Amino acid sequence: MKSKRLEIDKVASFLHDGMTIMYGGFMGNGTPPRLIQAILDSGVKDLTMIGDDTAFSDATKGPEGVGLLIRNKRIRKMITGHIGLNKEAQRQMIAGEMEIELCPIGSIAERIRAGGSGLGGVLTPTGVGTSVEDVPQDLTVNGQKYTKKPVFNINGRDFLYETPLRAELAVLEAVQADKAGNLVYYTSMRNHNPLMALAADTVIAEVHQIVEVGCIDPDHVMTPGVLVDYLVYPK
Amino acid sequence: MTQEMSAKEFIARRIALELKDGDTVNLGIGLPTLVANYLPPGVTLMLQSENGFLGIGPVPEEITPIGQPRVVNAGGAPCSIIPGGSTFDTSISFALMRGGHLDACVLGGLQVDENADLANWMVPGKSVPGMGGAMDLAVGAKQVIVAMEHTAKGEKKILKKCDLPLTAKGRVSTLVTEKALFRFHDGKLVLEEYAPGVSVEEIRAETEASFIVSDKLKEMVISQVGL
Repeated sequence: MKSKRLEIDKVASFLHDGMTIMYGGFMGNGTPPRLIQAILDSGVKDLTMIGDDTAFSDATKGPEGVGLLIRNKRIRKMITGHIGLNKEAQRQMIAGEMEIELCPIGSIAERIRAGGSGLGGVLTPTGVGTSVEDVPQDLTVNGQKYTKKPVFNINGRDFLYETPLRAELAVLEAVQADKAGNLVYYTSMRNHNPLMALAADTVIAEVHQIVEVGCIDPDHVMTPGVLVDYLVYPK
Repeated sequence: MTQEMSAKEFIARRIALELKDGDTVNLGIGLPTLVANYLPPGVTLMLQSENGFLGIGPVPEEITPIGQPRVVNAGGAPCSIIPGGSTFDTSISFALMRGGHLDACVLGGLQVDENADLANWMVPGKSVPGMGGAMDLAVGAKQVIVAMEHTAKGEKKILKKCDLPLTAKGRVSTLVTEKALFRFHDGKLVLEEYAPGVSVEEIRAETEASFIVSDKLKEMVISQVGL
């Protein structure tokens, strides 16, 4: 079996300016710190980042997560649900230095799941009648152009159409992996990680512990190893 | 309302009596989180944390440092998971909300209007934190309870029509302030309870929305836990 092990200094070979990256984590919990650092160290810029939130700008409150890339101005656009605890993200958005597309977290999760599951998008009641409808779109449905998110009334109830999301790269954090890439997450660190494992061309997981194939009960695998291309793990 | 008690505590104490033993509930950040402190004896809730688990437990005695695997709540603060809890990914977590699997959610509010619309996630030009999970909660929970001070520095917050960006349309079921409890019945806003010492006239003067006074109007009773 081909080894999935990736040395951290080889991560740069998967990166280029202007690319789209998904990052796991919820308030930085479950965001892979070494992979985010490696993205920074590579020098890439103009990134589009897709993830739950922008974590903490105050390092005493919690992990900085993707905030490291925000602070160093590597990001052109973010699709995310919450920037409230990252003052620098708010500042860059208001100053027009970084584009932020705010999307309800449940819709982000399902857009990623749709993108990774071969689905044409999501119909959700969330955001109907709110400014979420007004996020600019470049969309054609049955030959008709839409510049905002269409609302479909289905059997009497309104649903907002949300496009699927995919990325060139997903960076994940898991607590344990076997050498086949099967992943186990720890409690609240799971969040978007398993969904993103489906939705990117290349998937790299940073893990705390590596075990031999067969050591993880198949019933306990949370992300099947076939979805994980590379593992970054301690020596 | 007693002199010593803050408006927030009073509201949290009233909402604590709305929740039933065994309910699955999501408490929003801020005032709604306080509700858990005032649950009467015999009422145990299964609290959802939107970042991916059921069964929020207390802050552990020993806090695992940032950077090591640890359990945090939706605000990123360390917590624990009670026996009987369960963990899952974000898709399942928000399916619990949208799919109607929560008996109730308690949300803070900036404005509520007489159409049961809620605005609670942004003040244009001032605060743009993002909606996080608030829109999914408001659209999906069986009961949407809003915890909100009746006015903000004299400005009315219970309006004919919200003028801040909406969180959800027509989804509020119950609104609790330090002066009153309202419920929406068949799309109509109904005043059901007044806080001790507060008159209907006072409530009317501080409320822009039209409301009906219930024929079962009564004085508000709050949880006495720890008093």
